[in-house]
Amino acid sequence: MPDKTIEKTVDALPGDSGRTAVAAMTDAGPAPEKARSLWSDAWHDLRRNPLFLISAVLIVFLLVMAAWPGLFTSASPRHADLAKHYLGAPNWTNFFAADWFGYDVQGRSIYARVVYGARASITVGVGVTVAVTVLGTVIGMIAGYFGGWTDTLLSRVTDIFLGIPFLLGALVILNSFDDRTVWVVIMALAFLGWTQIARVARGAVITVKQSDYVVAAKALGASTTRIMFRHILPNAVAPIIVVATIALGGYIAAEATLSFLGVGLGDSAVSWGGDVARGREQLRIAPHTLLVPSVMVSITVLSFLMFGDAVRNALDPKLR
Amino acid sequence: MGRYVARRLLQMIPVFIGSTLIIFCMMYALPGDPVRAMMGDQAYDPAVVANIKKDLGLDQPLLQQYANYMAGLVQGDFGTQIASQRPISDVIGDAFPVTLRLTIFAFTFVTLVGIGLGLIAGLRPDTLRDRGLLTLTLFLVSMPSFVLGFLLQYLLAFKWNVTTPTVTDSTDFSQLALPATVLASLSLAYVARLTRTSIAENLRSDYMRTAVAKGLPRRRVIGVHLLRNSLIPVVTFLGIEIGSLMTGAIVTEGIFNVRGIGIEIYEALTRREGATVVGIASLMVLIYLAASLIVDLLYAVLDPRIRYA
Repeated sequence: MPDKTIEKTVDALPGDSGRTAVAAMTDAGPAPEKARSLWSDAWHDLRRNPLFLISAVLIVFLLVMAAWPGLFTSASPRHADLAKHYLGAPNWTNFFAADWFGYDVQGRSIYARVVYGARASITVGVGVTVAVTVLGTVIGMIAGYFGGWTDTLLSRVTDIFLGIPFLLGALVILNSFDDRTVWVVIMALAFLGWTQIARVARGAVITVKQSDYVVAAKALGASTTRIMFRHILPNAVAPIIVVATIALGGYIAAEATLSFLGVGLGDSAVSWGGDVARGREQLRIAPHTLLVPSVMVSITVLSFLMFGDAVRNALDPKLR
Repeated sequence: MGRYVARRLLQMIPVFIGSTLIIFCMMYALPGDPVRAMMGDQAYDPAVVANIKKDLGLDQPLLQQYANYMAGLVQGDFGTQIASQRPISDVIGDAFPVTLRLTIFAFTFVTLVGIGLGLIAGLRPDTLRDRGLLTLTLFLVSMPSFVLGFLLQYLLAFKWNVTTPTVTDSTDFSQLALPATVLASLSLAYVARLTRTSIAENLRSDYMRTAVAKGLPRRRVIGVHLLRNSLIPVVTFLGIEIGSLMTGAIVTEGIFNVRGIGIEIYEALTRREGATVVGIASLMVLIYLAASLIVDLLYAVLDPRIRYA
């Protein structure tokens, strides 16, 4: 069938292109399958994936919560009323009220703290993911594209950073800062976390580098930056996005863990990990002070992981 | 084989030096001062602080300090803790076996249960059983170890009184079971997912069809043909996980009060005591490097096509 179409096109006289196109179309048989790009193909898959839809709704919900916590509660996360103390049991059926999840050891509304805590976790998670993606992609692309000693050097540096245990390295860096803002935490985690993306980007670039269109672009005299950003990056970006989305959930968990260990955001910040650490003393008598923020961390990590999983399944043709 | 190992060992030296140098620099070059931390909130004489620093060699240039430290380390001298005046090798000698027991327990759990679950799920891909196990692993992955730790501690120790909330005797394996489970959960979920994917993929391969067509018993087909080929990515992951399990112990040991290197390193960090932190960190880097070498050697066992000359 395709051969016939080509013959017709070749036979057609210049200026006859309209007729040829019609002929080709009619020859193509009933209901031609529209050729889709990787991205529209992935989007086609994702729209039908319940896992993706659930996680996307949860993520939108969490993003709104991080941006406008005031929409969810009128209570303040810092207003402490010792009369309300944690022994006042949570009012589990009083939805969205200040006492929905009860009060913590200082008499602050746990519901308000959980709502306001979303911002810290999400900002750090997204911030670190963006930072490691940019850093890792640049380093991996340079190593993969130039090869030779540049590659050897950058790969050894990657090996060295891979040898540093992530949690331990983050503890060491963050512990030496007294004033730990969101930016300090993001920078520290990005400094240690870029290796995985760099490896993936390097591999992807090496695969793409040998393709005909890159050779053609080179032969046409395209500049190195143009080849990298116009030809290589768009074709190597899928595996990078897959790794980055899955890593996002991990970074949110990492932020919570570091806050729990007391080296995350400063004490004045409202963060889930910090609240878990403070609720620890009451685990036996008032478990809700600890379990509510813990559950929030898990729901958030779970949403981002499900999202990453769905994106991977849609973008990775090997899994089909 | 011998030459390959020798070459790999040589390649490890720059990586070891690089990793420990970065940890060393992070510990000493960033703001924060162990001698000031020792003084706490009390008023102090700057001259005294300067003197102590001079005694400890903390006034020398950073690279010189690192060189001194490494020279000691090569001779087995990890240095002395500033606060307690104990040799750090003693501290590590006391704490390391505890963490080792915990990590080995967790690692065995990860390997057996993780591969087992992955096999159960992967042999029948896309069935209810497979989906159920995948969902279970997704829940495990999304629970940071402190969440799972406190949840189990609350349920098992406080509510149902099945175990003790903290570990009093680290040689008692029944007490270590809970912290080991918590430590293992994340890696276990990853191993199960990795095994499942690998098995489901290899199930469709030609050699599997051949093995079944030859009329081999199912046991042999799965155990020898399928499992052995599917385990290569899993072994790679397990090798890397030994290092993560050891650092993960910082959280788990803290929750269950296991007196291992996790607690030691955390306490040393809050005192800003560089020598202890860098000493334990160097040990962890060494373990990570050794594990990755063992993984590469294991490839040849699993896949005879791979030979090291």
